[in-house]
Amino acid sequence: MSRRSAFVISCLAFGYAFLYVPIASMVVYSFNASQLVTVWDHAHSPTLKWFGALLHDQEILGAAWISLKVAIANATGSVILGTLAGYGLARFPRFRGRFAFTAMTTAPLVMPEVITGLSLLLLFVALEQTVGWPAGRGIGTMIIGHMTFSMAYVTVVVQSRLATFDRSVEEAAMDLGARPLKVFFVITLPIVFPAIMAGWLLAFTLSWDDLVISSFTAGPGSNTLPMVVFSMVRLGVNPEINALATLTITAVTVLVVAASWLAARARRRAAAVAA
Amino acid sequence: MQGLLRRLERAGVSSRSLVLALPYLWLIAFFVAPFLIVLKISLSHTALAIPPYKPLIEWTSRSVLEIRLDLRNYLAMFSHRLYGDAFLNSLKVAFLSTVFSLAIGYPMAYGIARAGARARGVLLLLVVLPFWTSQLLRIYAWVGLFKANGLINSTLLSLGVIHQPLTLLFTPFAMYVGIVYSYLPYVILPLYANLEKLDWQLVEAAQDLGCRPWQAFYKVTLPLSRNGILAASMLVFIPATGEFVIPTLLGGPNSLMMGRILWDEFFGNRDWPVASAIAIVMLLVLVPCMMAYLSIQSRGSDA
Repeated sequence: MSRRSAFVISCLAFGYAFLYVPIASMVVYSFNASQLVTVWDHAHSPTLKWFGALLHDQEILGAAWISLKVAIANATGSVILGTLAGYGLARFPRFRGRFAFTAMTTAPLVMPEVITGLSLLLLFVALEQTVGWPAGRGIGTMIIGHMTFSMAYVTVVVQSRLATFDRSVEEAAMDLGARPLKVFFVITLPIVFPAIMAGWLLAFTLSWDDLVISSFTAGPGSNTLPMVVFSMVRLGVNPEINALATLTITAVTVLVVAASWLAARARRRAAAVAA
Repeated sequence: MQGLLRRLERAGVSSRSLVLALPYLWLIAFFVAPFLIVLKISLSHTALAIPPYKPLIEWTSRSVLEIRLDLRNYLAMFSHRLYGDAFLNSLKVAFLSTVFSLAIGYPMAYGIARAGARARGVLLLLVVLPFWTSQLLRIYAWVGLFKANGLINSTLLSLGVIHQPLTLLFTPFAMYVGIVYSYLPYVILPLYANLEKLDWQLVEAAQDLGCRPWQAFYKVTLPLSRNGILAASMLVFIPATGEFVIPTLLGGPNSLMMGRILWDEFFGNRDWPVASAIAIVMLLVLVPCMMAYLSIQSRGSDA
């Protein structure tokens, strides 16, 4: 049944316009020749000159390289920690300290970033004073900081995937003589693999976009892309950032649409097999 | 590996603790322990040193153990109006942003949940897409829209609605728009998950029994989506209280928000003890909210 009132439809229209008008305006103005960003230069637009300027901006390129390294390391580490945590929460309904564990994996999702960032930096400083590690701050401390909040997202994704899958497949493998570790690698891991991939991409994005926790845990010379963008935006609007936004939005759109198309196809195939 | 596992199990180490040990220890080391250090530093005295605070516990020359707890950082919160105002303002902004986000997000989640199966996929995708795009860049988009010569002002001027550009950027209005805009996907997704599972036959039954559509909504749909509303509210309210980026870029230099004050104390004044005290005071308010969120989540998974 899909009874839709005019009220609900106008709410949807307003909501999607609200979500997309700012994004569309950034994309359109990234092709504007004028330095003033929001004043359209009819004579020389559309132009690709800001994309060219972006690709020759050494500060932005250097920061993007650091962000990329941090994001990949963070995503990989978070997936390991988050998969273990999600598996534990989904499969062990009762263990000592389960409530504390649930709280610790949920809190980073909502904790204001300034608090997480401050506390991590103070921890690193205190550790450096007492045990000499980590010596100064930089990419390594940033990765630890990002993993601490990213793993919470991976945990949720993996846990909800494990909660919905048919455990009888695992039991069948066990009955046929497979050992627990073999069951995990041959049965469980392939089934949760889409969730792990989604978790990896989510952790990558969270790290790639993070400004606050990076600012607290970064050291000299390890400015990430959001840190450079933020300092540029603070000085005013900059057409290069519009170009950067257009590239980001294009990449995200292609990836998200492709991923959901693949997921839909997999579902249709599964449905066809089941029927 | 298999042999190692068996040997460990014989030694009394269960496979359970093997799975849980790594994430458990990680979170204790990098999420819980840091708060104890924040608490410690919030009680220490600011100093011109590296790091810029004095130790709490010190052996003085005559082998006397000296413990100094400095409550001045907390007293400063009460004596300077700035902190109190910022604190109340943060709670107000977070609360109103939550209300506005729900007002926009609930009808959207409702519309998506009641749409046909194919449209639903596309509509959900369109909610998720901005969520994957950088929040910083999406806030920056609003700077371009709100500027004196930005898109909103130039459109209104050319339509003849206004004759002078409005001051939009660096106003509380801009800040509310930015927060609602950033957190809208966080509201829609849990509400949708909740409404999708709702048994619409109950709503039909209410209507068959003589309820008008609005009455049926108010008496059946709304109470049944209570958990979704609570979860969505917490996902906005808690992080919005400590928001830093949006107040800085859209609210301007005069926006009094705790996240900004903490940042300025830390990076601007290098007053780590006061920044820590601000964090502790915020946690005192936010931890009960997190507990509430946690209990909603665990209730949801039991159902």
